[in-house]
Amino acid sequence: MSGPGRQGREGVLQLDRPSTRVWRERVVEGLLFLCGVISILTTVGIVVVLVGESVAFFREVPALEFLTGTEWEPLIGNSYGVLPLVNGTMMIAVLSSVVALPVGLATAIYLSEYASDRVRDVVKPALEVLAGIPTVVYGYFALTFITPLLRDVFPGIGVFNAVSASIVVGIMIVPMVSSLSEDAISAVPRSLRQAAYGVGATKFEVSTRVVVPAAFSGVVSSFILAVSRAIGETVAVYLAAGVTARVTADPTQSIQTITSYIVQASLGDASHGTTAYQSIFAVGLLLFVITLGINLLSDVVRQRFREVYE
Amino acid sequence: MSSTAVAGETGAMGSGGGGLEAQEDFEPRREARRRLGTAFKWLCFSAVVFGIVALVVLLADVFIDGYRWVDWSFLTSYPSRFPEQAGIRAALLGTLWMMGLVALISFPLGVGAAIYLEEYAPSNWFTRTLQMNISNLAAVPSVVYGILGLAVFVRFMALGQSVLAGALTLSLLILPVTIIAAQEAIRAVPGSLRQASYGIGATKWQTIRHQVLPVALPGILTGTILSLSRAIGETAPVLLVGAVTFIAFDPEGPLDQFTVLPIQIFNWAARPEEQFHAVAAGAILVLLVILLAMNATAIYLRNRYRQEL
Repeated sequence: MSGPGRQGREGVLQLDRPSTRVWRERVVEGLLFLCGVISILTTVGIVVVLVGESVAFFREVPALEFLTGTEWEPLIGNSYGVLPLVNGTMMIAVLSSVVALPVGLATAIYLSEYASDRVRDVVKPALEVLAGIPTVVYGYFALTFITPLLRDVFPGIGVFNAVSASIVVGIMIVPMVSSLSEDAISAVPRSLRQAAYGVGATKFEVSTRVVVPAAFSGVVSSFILAVSRAIGETVAVYLAAGVTARVTADPTQSIQTITSYIVQASLGDASHGTTAYQSIFAVGLLLFVITLGINLLSDVVRQRFREVYE
Repeated sequence: MSSTAVAGETGAMGSGGGGLEAQEDFEPRREARRRLGTAFKWLCFSAVVFGIVALVVLLADVFIDGYRWVDWSFLTSYPSRFPEQAGIRAALLGTLWMMGLVALISFPLGVGAAIYLEEYAPSNWFTRTLQMNISNLAAVPSVVYGILGLAVFVRFMALGQSVLAGALTLSLLILPVTIIAAQEAIRAVPGSLRQASYGIGATKWQTIRHQVLPVALPGILTGTILSLSRAIGETAPVLLVGAVTFIAFDPEGPLDQFTVLPIQIFNWAARPEEQFHAVAAGAILVLLVILLAMNATAIYLRNRYRQEL
């Protein structure tokens, strides 16, 4: 199509006319530029769509009532207080972090400081597989394995409950924490470790008091990103934790997160133009703002608290 | 003097003492620290074991529940009210349609954007914004893309609840990951190759087209296949776009209604009847085999590429 030149009939190299080449270069660059601009358009599209429909929503429901109300009954009761959904979302985020952050960090420390190459060759691909399993499979696993197990041990737990959902979301984000933390930990220069060994520190002391503090910004930013991922997790939470919107501190019962409401509303027949339909966009906007804020925070942490080594 | 400092440091680390006096009381407590270290090592190791065990238990659970269901008629039957007769034909075809369309849409866009960013983009505020925007998009929850797809592709562009609307949505979803992977592959191409090409009079695009892209292609393909496998496993955005859970016909064009494997699994898993859970497990096995095949291809390409470098 755009070869460097064409073989003429006598085998003489015939170059394209310079003007053709210049013209083609410009067109190609323009097309490639447009490909790049699609990502900007995506962001603009998300913001316009979310804000646009939300404006219509907030004409019906005052923003203050939305943000401070403790009743979420959009499909029957027409009350739109988002706190039950925020409550459920935060519960999943906190409990899944309790599972994922310690396990992920300890895995990262083990892989970077202790593991032999053979162990690494087994563990790292296994974690990649764990990260690649679709979330609906985690939902299935919570529903058919974790929840029955929990109910055997603690009979009071509901069929749908936040504990089971948090456990699988936790498992789901372990690979993210471990791989990002391991990157940060491995980036700590060897000389720092050797200096600590030189003054007689044990491996444990080197790991916990030299290496991890030196990698602090990377580790914390991996934590923050994992929490953001837990907040955005949808299908597993829907399947495992159910759809009961309420303000509660009890994780043994069904709750509803922002994301699982979005799925519930889209499964129902909220017809176009109704307040129930617009509520999808309003809570979507809230979700977008929360996760964007957290992601930016993670960037700031990584930049601000980074230790720079030569 | 220097020995005092060392004793002080070690003291602070071990017994909490310090200064000159501490030198006489200095207790290395080697035995206790050694034991603490061993305990810590096993604690970290148990975290690794936790991850592996979780993976093994999950796979075993799905396999034990589902392997009995997977046979030829399971693959070729439509869904049914009766679990024994239910199959995944429509979902499987939908997933294949989706895979093809997403690949067609996201590959050129992703590679194009990556080429622009690596080879053309001037170093200015716009390029930095573009790059930052891409990495932020990668962290936007997938359900938000579903909302975007619902508003833009299903309603505004009036594509309806079609395979095409779903494929466009998923393409946007995986675009950031595709771009970043392709950028890394292009960046890994040695600059000397470009210089040599310019040296014999090639234009910029000729250099990219005939020198840079062929070398970067395995890396680009690896990244694309991996992000494509992510798209195939997505549920939430496709639900939002309106994949239908009960479809008893084959999708025949990009504007047909459709369902995909994750949706079918979601639907069966959400049912109260235990038997449908087993059917869901069967469908999960098929989905996992597809994902495994895609990942194996990606790893194969990656390894071959590594040898050539």
